[in-house]
Amino acid sequence: MPDNDTTPAIEFQGVGKRFGDNVVLDGLNFTVAKGDRVTLIGPSGSGKTTILRLLMTLEEANDGLILVDGQPYTHEIRGGKRVAISEKRRSLVRRRVGMVFQQFNLFPNMSVLENIIEAPIHVLGIPKAQAVARAEDLLEKVGLADKRDARCTQLSGGQQQRVAIARALAMEPEILLLDEVTSALDPELVADVLGVLRNIAETTDITMLIVTHEMQFAREVSNRVLMFDGGKIIEEAHPEAIFTSPEHERTQEFLRAVL
Amino acid sequence: MSDNVQKLVDLLPQLGEGILVTLQLTIAGAVLALIIAFILGLGSRARTRWARVPSRVVVEFFRGTSLVVQIFWLYYVLPLPPFYVELDPLACGIIALGLNYGAYAAEVVRGSINSVPTGQWEAATALDLGGVHRLRRVILPQAWPLMMPMFTNLLIQLVKGSALAAYITLHDINFFIGELRKGTTDTVFAYTVGLLLYFVFAYALTLLMNALEARAKHKVGQGPSLREVLRLTPARTAGTEVRS
Repeated sequence: MPDNDTTPAIEFQGVGKRFGDNVVLDGLNFTVAKGDRVTLIGPSGSGKTTILRLLMTLEEANDGLILVDGQPYTHEIRGGKRVAISEKRRSLVRRRVGMVFQQFNLFPNMSVLENIIEAPIHVLGIPKAQAVARAEDLLEKVGLADKRDARCTQLSGGQQQRVAIARALAMEPEILLLDEVTSALDPELVADVLGVLRNIAETTDITMLIVTHEMQFAREVSNRVLMFDGGKIIEEAHPEAIFTSPEHERTQEFLRAVL
Repeated sequence: MSDNVQKLVDLLPQLGEGILVTLQLTIAGAVLALIIAFILGLGSRARTRWARVPSRVVVEFFRGTSLVVQIFWLYYVLPLPPFYVELDPLACGIIALGLNYGAYAAEVVRGSINSVPTGQWEAATALDLGGVHRLRRVILPQAWPLMMPMFTNLLIQLVKGSALAAYITLHDINFFIGELRKGTTDTVFAYTVGLLLYFVFAYALTLLMNALEARAKHKVGQGPSLREVLRLTPARTAGTEVRS
């Protein structure tokens, strides 16, 4: 990406999301610049995960627009009306966004390698030999080169999550969404996964949106922290600032509880 | 008794024919049922009403009507006006079995697909694997082992249901039992042999299906491989995955 490209990687314009009567996001506006590492914090139910799920089209917003690299993603304004964008066009944007889930969600019917090469071959149309070579590099990077042909069900949670990270990276995403990726792991396995993510943050310029309870990790990796409460951003700051001297009272309360 | 056995031996060629006909009904009926099950099962999950509603109607209709009546209808009613369709009795049997058990199996297909964890659908979406690809490569391979035990049940029922074919002139195992009764005039003997014949037939299929089930489970990382499991017990349901 050229240095003078100032189009935001992600832009939310008045995004609202309701589940029945429960308003999760309410007219949310924010932008994420390319290469930003943004951590979303806040109490559960504050809408952080919903933001990631909207960006992955796992949920659909009720109002507003979501732009990825300046392009409308799921909806656009046509003739003054908000209309849904076709699946075909969504798909082209979606493949530039990757996601790692709390529960790993590896495909149990495939080996580790097959999990990683499936989408690059069938979605991006990369030749198999090239996809395999790239998958092997990624497995090396996440420290699981020897598990190439293992079944996912034979791996520990931490190993599964590192495979899931490799699988997401194999699509060469411009945006990576990390949804509480260490929450389902035993404490002694968390460090390995965070180490892998730290390494990715240092060696790539992928835009990252991180929902996590690992505040130390958020502090090290991210350059911006957004504090959510009740579907709104109530405070936004550099991690150093927000973790040492939060301004908003809710942020202070929240950080006291989690730190 | 030895007369009975002698008669049974004399009738062995007819027994062979009967087994062959029952086998034809079973295999062709099951294949047709499987095809119908997938069409209607997937149709019932379709987003468009044009696929969903007809699928549901067909499933409910063929589940809700008697197999005997369906077979008789195909055999006796179809040749009449206004249809004038004369089907071979074997075809009637196969179609009726396929439609009836296909309707039941469609519910198995639908339910099993719905039982694949949401996370699997979401992970596939996150990799931008589109509808058909996602179903074929991610969801169905995981739904398949869930379907197998229920398919085994239905297959056994289909075998037993196939006995109705004798009433539309087919010389299946059931017909053979009648012949044996007439030949020996020993009703107890004939029908006891009949019970055993169907039991052996069904049990052989059960063993085959258990093997397929074990294979399907092993492919999604659950349970031992087929080789480890080739014995007469049903495949274990619990996974043997190692999590640490």
